[in-house]
Amino acid sequence: MIQAKLRKTFPARPDSAGFSVDIEFQASAGVTVLFGPSGSGKTLTLDSIAGFVRPDEGRILLDDAILFDGGAGVHLPPRARNCGYVFQNYALFPHMTLRENLTFAVEKRPRLERHRRVNEMLDRFRLQDAAGRRPHEVSGGQKQRCSIARALIGSPKLLLLDEPAQGLDAPLRAELYDVLRQVRADFKTPILLVTHDLDECFELAEEMLVMREGRIVQTGTPRKVLDQPANLDVARLLGRFNLLAGEIRSLDPGRNKSRVLIGEYELDGPYFPGRLKGDRVTVCVRPEQLKASARNGRPGPNQIPAELKRAVETPQSMRLEFSGGIVVDVSQAEFERQRDNQEWVIEFSPASLRVL
Amino acid sequence: MPIDWFPLWLSLRVAVLSTALALAAGLWIAYILANREFRYKEALDAAVTLPLVLPPTVLGYYLLVLIGRASPFGQIWEKVFGSPLVFTWKAAVIAAFLHSFPLLVKSARAALESVDRSYERAARTLGASEWRLFWRVTLPLAQRSIMAAAALAFARSLGDFGVTLMVAGNIPGRTQTIAVAIYDAVEAGNGAVARTLVLVISVVALLILTFANRIAVR
Repeated sequence: MIQAKLRKTFPARPDSAGFSVDIEFQASAGVTVLFGPSGSGKTLTLDSIAGFVRPDEGRILLDDAILFDGGAGVHLPPRARNCGYVFQNYALFPHMTLRENLTFAVEKRPRLERHRRVNEMLDRFRLQDAAGRRPHEVSGGQKQRCSIARALIGSPKLLLLDEPAQGLDAPLRAELYDVLRQVRADFKTPILLVTHDLDECFELAEEMLVMREGRIVQTGTPRKVLDQPANLDVARLLGRFNLLAGEIRSLDPGRNKSRVLIGEYELDGPYFPGRLKGDRVTVCVRPEQLKASARNGRPGPNQIPAELKRAVETPQSMRLEFSGGIVVDVSQAEFERQRDNQEWVIEFSPASLRVL
Repeated sequence: MPIDWFPLWLSLRVAVLSTALALAAGLWIAYILANREFRYKEALDAAVTLPLVLPPTVLGYYLLVLIGRASPFGQIWEKVFGSPLVFTWKAAVIAAFLHSFPLLVKSARAALESVDRSYERAARTLGASEWRLFWRVTLPLAQRSIMAAAALAFARSLGDFGVTLMVAGNIPGRTQTIAVAIYDAVEAGNGAVARTLVLVISVVALLILTFANRIAVR
């Protein structure tokens, strides 16, 4: 288990704004994802754990080993930290064969054990055929597997991955996720992965730590985070929400009901704990939770009339952009049925409404 | 008239030795300059570069002060080896070393710094000591540029004139390198010898430079 509590400040300079990271988290077995936009401090956090960066203060514990302790002045060098690190460009040594790359990581072990481990890894990661070749002579998938195998061969206590899927094409990305799921199943090593891709969180993460401007703003399973973003910033970060200005008109905790005003229309929603009548809020609802249909006279309950501005095709669906900034995802077939609608209404199901 | 080829062989021998010395010392300094952060780092770099810009006479003067018979180093040398260091071919090695060392440090530093840091980071997370990292990762990755730098240093050692003349002198058959021999031949009006030696050293230098370019770009 990794427990980290660290702070690092970069003072403002004439040519750059100040920046500080101040976070505390722990992660045990399984995949924990540090999710955030670039510049949120995720890689800095990873590098502090690996030992490339020295935090100003805090404490980093890996199982029972102290990797860093600001108060006691402990700052182990990377080689003594027992953390496997998979780099974005793999960083396989170009002058060594794949086998030599693996051997390099276990050179201090006795000869027989070294040999056994390297072969075991080559088998497990399907690298036997390419073992005698250098990185530039093998496929992207083989490089990827080799870099993960190399990071794991020394039995690290923690595996760190820095945006491993960055810049990969779709098949290679899918292969990477398969390999990482296999690693999660076969090794007990906790995995800490940095990404800014929400789909990747859903592919891999048991737990996701949402970072913004050097702070952790929300933690939870990806499903939970997407279901209920902690605040407007997180919702914007996830980037998959309709965010509409609204006002709470009434609240009924007994029947788990509320009324929310959006524009000139009042909608039913669930009860929102901690809110008061009259609160100005941001209503947050995902595009696939909305229903768009032809307008038939007066809008019905929980419907808002809107004008279709644009229909954009995406790999999974049609994305309809309406006036008032409302976005609705519908299936291709559904859109074909409805494409001749003159006027539209959008239906908000009460259970899907969230307020921030 | 027969040409005495001794100066050519002496020059080659001096250049090989001084390049070896420059490689050993230069790599070490270059490693420090490329990897460590300390206050007088750029001052050290400037001091190392100094021989590149100072007149040979100044360098020769410094060397005479440092290793001459009156200097502590010179006296220790004489006690240990029984003969003075100056005005021997060994002094010529030192002169050539001083001449080529800055070039080597400059190029080697650039070569070491050009190695992608992520390889070094990777090696560290894999448990490698700094020593193993240098010999197994950084140096092999920088070796082409360093070999090219060594070739340039070799060519430069071969061509040293001023410093050699001041500390090793011009003793035919003992300390007369090819550059000094050419000067000698011209002074003595020995045109044929001068022409031949000039041609030979030009061809040798051209070959070395071609070789350096080829390994550097490949």
